[in-house]
Amino acid sequence: MAVQAAHAIQTTGVGRVYKIRGPKKKSDAKELIALKDVNLEVPYGELFGLLGPNGAGKTTLIKILCTLLLPTSGTALVDGVNVATHPQEARRRISMVSGGETSGFGLLTVEENLWMFARLYGMDNKVVRDRLNEMMEIVGIADRRRTKISDLSTGLRQKMNFVRGFLTDPTVVFLDEPTLGLDVTAAREVRSFVRQWMTDHPDRTVLLTTHYMAEADDLCDRLAIIDKGQLLTVDTPENLKKRLQQSAIFNLRVQPVGDKPRDGARIENVPGVQNAVFHDGTEFTEINLSLERDDALPGVLAHLSARGSSLIALEKREPSLEDVFISLVGRRLDQDTTELSKVELEA
Amino acid sequence: MSAQSTVEKSSPSDVPPNTITASAIRTTERAYKARGVQLFWRAMWARAYPRLIGTRREISWMVSETLLPLLGTSAYVYVYKATGAPPEFTGFAVLGGVATAFWLNVLWSMASQLYWDKDGGNLEIYVISPAPMTSVLMGMAVGGIVMASVRGFSILIICSLLFQVSYSITSLPLLLLIFFFTMAALYGMGMMMASIYLAAGREAWHMSNLLQEPIYLASGMYFPVRALGALVATLASAIPLTLGLDAVRQIIFGNLTVGWLPPETELLLLIGLSVVFLYAAHWSLVKLEDIGRREGRLIERRK
Repeated sequence: MAVQAAHAIQTTGVGRVYKIRGPKKKSDAKELIALKDVNLEVPYGELFGLLGPNGAGKTTLIKILCTLLLPTSGTALVDGVNVATHPQEARRRISMVSGGETSGFGLLTVEENLWMFARLYGMDNKVVRDRLNEMMEIVGIADRRRTKISDLSTGLRQKMNFVRGFLTDPTVVFLDEPTLGLDVTAAREVRSFVRQWMTDHPDRTVLLTTHYMAEADDLCDRLAIIDKGQLLTVDTPENLKKRLQQSAIFNLRVQPVGDKPRDGARIENVPGVQNAVFHDGTEFTEINLSLERDDALPGVLAHLSARGSSLIALEKREPSLEDVFISLVGRRLDQDTTELSKVELEA
Repeated sequence: MSAQSTVEKSSPSDVPPNTITASAIRTTERAYKARGVQLFWRAMWARAYPRLIGTRREISWMVSETLLPLLGTSAYVYVYKATGAPPEFTGFAVLGGVATAFWLNVLWSMASQLYWDKDGGNLEIYVISPAPMTSVLMGMAVGGIVMASVRGFSILIICSLLFQVSYSITSLPLLLLIFFFTMAALYGMGMMMASIYLAAGREAWHMSNLLQEPIYLASGMYFPVRALGALVATLASAIPLTLGLDAVRQIIFGNLTVGWLPPETELLLLIGLSVVFLYAAHWSLVKLEDIGRREGRLIERRK
């Protein structure tokens, strides 16, 4: 345990391997590498984002930092406390809110549920009452304080979860896909709550996982892009996008291009193409294209024409986090990689 | 990978005007969080609260959980009456009905509860909180005892009036001690079973169904356990209800001829069972959390 830690979150060589039990014998067990050599330093006062597709390892990392899971290698510190060796001490300093959370007791009211969870942190009744009044007002559920939570909508329930997460005065808050399943308005309100909390508590830290690019771009001071259990890069959203400033980014909408060609005839082999991600629809194919220069575009169009496709629409735009992700990973964020991320080894 | 980069706060550009008008979140001193015994105490009562409040908020539960044991008890009472059994056998069956309320509560609200809590997403919140898991389970037990007591005493009063059962308590202090340690051992067993249910990975529903009826039989819920023979009665004595019920019947009806062991002996055994089950409950919880953290299963809800 440290007296004053240098970082709110610090991981050194953190790895996590799951043993997947076979259908019959123990010897059938496989290993799944969920995290590999993750080194991360998040200072106090930062809203840090973990961006990656499903199965990338975001939730595994959060579960390790929240003391729900042990790392199989490396060290993870939260507020200077080793989460593997001193979980109880770490738990006093953290909280977690997940998207789609259904915690609580349906027959209890909003304020009863929140009181109950706060007491698990040993909080005084008066402090709980005062904070509840303030925070329910802030998130806009004060008028529902005496409503049974079984009668709440998804959005209201998630707001209640947010109050639960922040009510206990945590030093580090983990938000795991917090806006999952929320409508646009509720998601915006939740984001503004997080932002305001960080402004009011400049010494606290939030680690947010998301696969919504806009959310990461909008909220986070710094971002880590994670894929297949590995951190690919860490930087501010602005700096990440600047890396692609030299490239020409295009969105192409073309007639369906059909089957993938052999390796030698792929679009990536057209001179000047840095990467291209195809998203097939029934009416058309959308291509996210990153070129070294604008003048590589005619070559791309010629290539498509040779494959029997033609241009429907074309848009040149500024680089987004999506493009950063594509340039690092080689596919779009919404392409689920749960299966791809499974690196299976014989046990 | 760590990056040294400039941190720029994003501006709150999309703040809806009526959502956060001013910062009301306090930035003053950190909230005091209790530790040790105080934390245990607060967490225990917090977890007991849903059960305590549920007793009066969901009246339908109480009605159904009082009525069902009442029907079973009535069936046994009429069998005893029809066969001309001694009148105290009616009282035996009534006390069996009371015990049923506690056993159902232990099965469905203690042993199964961690499983339901995992399913509902509460379990990982308990684990992430600084409260010891034992305090959480103890809270469930305290709440459960109150819930089941309300039902049990309702059954006792209704059946006693309905079948005109008379009681003569030979030793009230002994009766209270036996009740206390029966509850301690029984709910200690329930706490232990809660971890076993989770570790077994089976549906809690099936596990409870599997255990419900055999325990009715083995613990002599509606008849003197002595009737099962010495061997079965000895084995069944590992179930706190067997000893507790037998002792209570002897104290209330003073009929030692159908008792299994002397009530004082049964009290000592119940004290022993309480210690064993409460320790086993604590140990299995620690083990459960350890397995959960190492293997990445058991604790977290599957989304």
